[in-house]
Amino acid sequence: MPAIDLAKAPQPASTDPAQIRNFCIIAHIDHGKSTLADRMLGITEVVEQRNMRAQYLDRMDIERERGITIKSQAVRLPWRSGIDGQEYILNMIDTPGHVDFTYEVSRSLAACEGAVLLVDCAQGIEAQTLANLYLAMENNLTIIPVLNKIDLPAAQPEKFAEELAKLIGCQPEDCLRVSGKTGAGVVELLDQIVKQIPAPVGDANAPARALIFDSVYDTYRGVVTYVRVVDGHLSTRDQIQMFSTGVRHEMLEVGVISPEPVVSKGLGVGEVGYVITGVKDVRQSRVGDTITTYHNPTKKALAGYKDPKPMVFSGLFPLDGAEYPMLREALDKLQLNDAALVYEPETSAALGFGFRCGFLGLLHMEIVRERLEREAGLSLISTAPSVVYRVVRGDGKELIVTNPSEFPNDKIEAVFEPIVRATVLAPAEFIGAIMELCQERRGTLLGMDYLSEDRVEIRYTLPLAEIVFDFFDQLKSKTRGYASLDYEPIGEAEGDLVKVDILLQSEGVDAFSAIVHKDKAYAYGVMMTSKLRELIPRQQFEVPIQAAIGSRIIARESIRAIRKDVLAKCYGGDISRKRKLLEKQKEGKKRMKMVGRVEVPQEAFIAALTTDADVDKAKAKAKG
Amino acid sequence: MSRPLSFYIHIPYCVKRCGYCDFNTYTPGELKAGSDIAEVSTGYIDLLITESKIAKGKLQGSKPIETIFFGGGTPTLMEPADLGRVLDSLKSDFGFATNIEITIEANPDTVSREKLAALRNVGINRISFGMQSAATHVLAVLDRTHNPENVVKATNWAREVGFDQVSVDLIYGTPGETIEDWRATIKSALELPITHISAYALIVEDGTKLAAQVKRGEIVIPDDDQTADKYLIADEEFSKAGFNWYELSNWSKAGGECRHNIAYWEGANWWGLGPGAHSHIDGERFWNVKHPNAYRERLEADQSPIMDSEVLSFEQKESERVMLEIRLPGGIAKSSLTAQSLARLESYLTGGQISREYWDQGQISLTLSGRLMADRIVREILL
Repeated sequence: MPAIDLAKAPQPASTDPAQIRNFCIIAHIDHGKSTLADRMLGITEVVEQRNMRAQYLDRMDIERERGITIKSQAVRLPWRSGIDGQEYILNMIDTPGHVDFTYEVSRSLAACEGAVLLVDCAQGIEAQTLANLYLAMENNLTIIPVLNKIDLPAAQPEKFAEELAKLIGCQPEDCLRVSGKTGAGVVELLDQIVKQIPAPVGDANAPARALIFDSVYDTYRGVVTYVRVVDGHLSTRDQIQMFSTGVRHEMLEVGVISPEPVVSKGLGVGEVGYVITGVKDVRQSRVGDTITTYHNPTKKALAGYKDPKPMVFSGLFPLDGAEYPMLREALDKLQLNDAALVYEPETSAALGFGFRCGFLGLLHMEIVRERLEREAGLSLISTAPSVVYRVVRGDGKELIVTNPSEFPNDKIEAVFEPIVRATVLAPAEFIGAIMELCQERRGTLLGMDYLSEDRVEIRYTLPLAEIVFDFFDQLKSKTRGYASLDYEPIGEAEGDLVKVDILLQSEGVDAFSAIVHKDKAYAYGVMMTSKLRELIPRQQFEVPIQAAIGSRIIARESIRAIRKDVLAKCYGGDISRKRKLLEKQKEGKKRMKMVGRVEVPQEAFIAALTTDADVDKAKAKAKG
Repeated sequence: MSRPLSFYIHIPYCVKRCGYCDFNTYTPGELKAGSDIAEVSTGYIDLLITESKIAKGKLQGSKPIETIFFGGGTPTLMEPADLGRVLDSLKSDFGFATNIEITIEANPDTVSREKLAALRNVGINRISFGMQSAATHVLAVLDRTHNPENVVKATNWAREVGFDQVSVDLIYGTPGETIEDWRATIKSALELPITHISAYALIVEDGTKLAAQVKRGEIVIPDDDQTADKYLIADEEFSKAGFNWYELSNWSKAGGECRHNIAYWEGANWWGLGPGAHSHIDGERFWNVKHPNAYRERLEADQSPIMDSEVLSFEQKESERVMLEIRLPGGIAKSSLTAQSLARLESYLTGGQISREYWDQGQISLTLSGRLMADRIVREILL
């Protein structure tokens, strides 16, 4: 029996680094990472069979429902190797699996010596997995290629073993074959982790250095910080210090996760665990920062610390203006657990009081919005997402614009926009469609490689703004869902960009302004004005709808004045009925937003600000 | 009990239900499989009289009755003598004002000269025919069976047997009705020996056969602008012929106004007899159980047929007052509204929907184009 009785296993703070193996699992959503992790928990017997539940490590509802991991966690698994019969401690560090969280992934990888590259052998490797694989290789991690779901009838292990071998430079037969579902091959995988992945190396006598690779807010405990000790030792007796800020904290608790928290005396070189300091906000315990001790601090931080930088901005407004204080409260609460979320109050003439929020990317944005709606019970309107523009004005002064309404109307020298390097993996038959889409979106082809006979990797540089607007949905629909996408910011580039304003009765509607490429301004103007013509009910007077760049009108529609708004019907004595109808209409009128003299229903804002794909998604959700 | 008193009497039977109708009416088959009108309506008049005794108990010390209105359904399906029994009972219990107006709604298809004479003989002195349209294809969409010629005959007989006040109901904006169809309808109506016209825009009510046809895309509702044009045409033609509007959807020759309707609009007291009928007595509204069978069961068990009631709040009374008064030529006294409400009407004044002339004299009165926007203006006032 390769599992070890927990009580007899090597204990935290007194485990020889040579007995430790730190690894993570790199996988795409749906490729079975959580199922494999569950299986490992079962086989190493850290979770008893009767306590097992699916996706044991994913804590939030959203994670379990969407099948994705937002926050990582680290689990300590005792294991007796079937190869040499020795006892080991395996620390499995679960990594987030999405493009928006690349930085967090990179820190998780930095806490490991090896990575299991897990690929669904019915689907092959996906773009995000590839991106994370490259990150792991840059971090000099030992890669163990594993094909999962070998029990599936559609499995093609030979084909994808070739693909993996080509990618990491090994032999196809080096790829392990497992099934998280049936457990086949998982014992061998655990043994290979011990065999192939190097033990951590560090100086036990040096000043303590521990890498923060995750930081989670817990209502009862405050912030729980996950660390990997590189040098020295952390113990409950220490006061600790954050290297980046120099702030000192009391150490309230040290422990390991197995997979429930277990308090320990401390953590030694190479160990992975958690510390609790009483900090209430994840900003004070940032991913990537180095923890050292106050009395014997290190002089050299661990490399790679970065401040999370929001890339995508959107305005969030409560549908019901009275819910503004609740929105603020909910954002404050969310921020405790999300160091990357930034927001500041914003007032829109059309939508009232809300917040301009910055996100790491689109998924991050969706998750935040969903959590606000779900956990705080709010109904929100979000404005079209925007990126960060650097505007050089005529007088040479610079301006950072995250909201189209702040885009200056006077003379502009240059506008710079964020650029990403995007990687698309897809079956070769879609090359044409993908290239067409990327060209349309102002992309520049960097290169293309065949991963196997019929799968390609296509690399483009693209303005982030183009990706933010509906790109992923378009990509999915043009490739029948087969393409996967990853992107990373690589800087900025000057763009021929203009702001298109939408005017109702000559009055600008801030919520509908957009910064777009000059060549697309006309199309945006036509699309928006005709959409609004359909959405806004007829008013007492004619309402011209115009799209304008500065003072130049580029598109125009008009809503004819209403002529009849009366029920010319006999109600006899049933006057209550007519009054109730009137009361209903009055409620409808109250929900109207006034833009100058024009009454615009809230639904019009929502519909105009949502892309068709969003609407389809919302419909699908409503059905599901 | 100082307010004038009126009675509404509901006859909840029709031979056949029209596709657009959502009134509280039933065919014999709906009430009892295989039965006919005579069978389902047996004893109904006695139920009405029983209810009127409840009214008598509640309306102690009221003034004599000013107006009575037989509506439906199809009141002319009842025997004139039976209707006369209800009238006799009301007269002995409440007394009739000397100039009492007693109206009956009539289907031009189901009346004969003799029947009209009999109705006149029991004291009914005003009659309103459901003409709806002169175009047979429009009548077909509405599910009406009558031949337009019957309306000519019926209205003439009515005059001959002594009805001084004769009205027709018209419906415009029916799917398939052209502007020319509507003009022809107006022309036919104006050739009749009548004193009053009601013209209503067709409303597709949820739950009707017509609504289902629209939903299935079988028929298309004409656009609001065309319906607005039809209203303008009607007002122009009626005025030319000496019929003046005295309510948004009602036109009459001098002295031909329906006083029963005016009683509703002016917030008089009225009692509605019959299933689903609504009453309004001194600021309280109540209404009867809707189904004829439930109505019968209640009364036969010596129970009140009243299903529910509401005492209007000040705000509700104001809403109703504004809602009803705006539809009358005299309009609403400016002094009865707040400065904020008046300020919101500025754009309708400059837009020509509210009469400047009346405004300067202290009244909010709608112009022709303003009448078409009455509901919007009410919302503006009551916001």
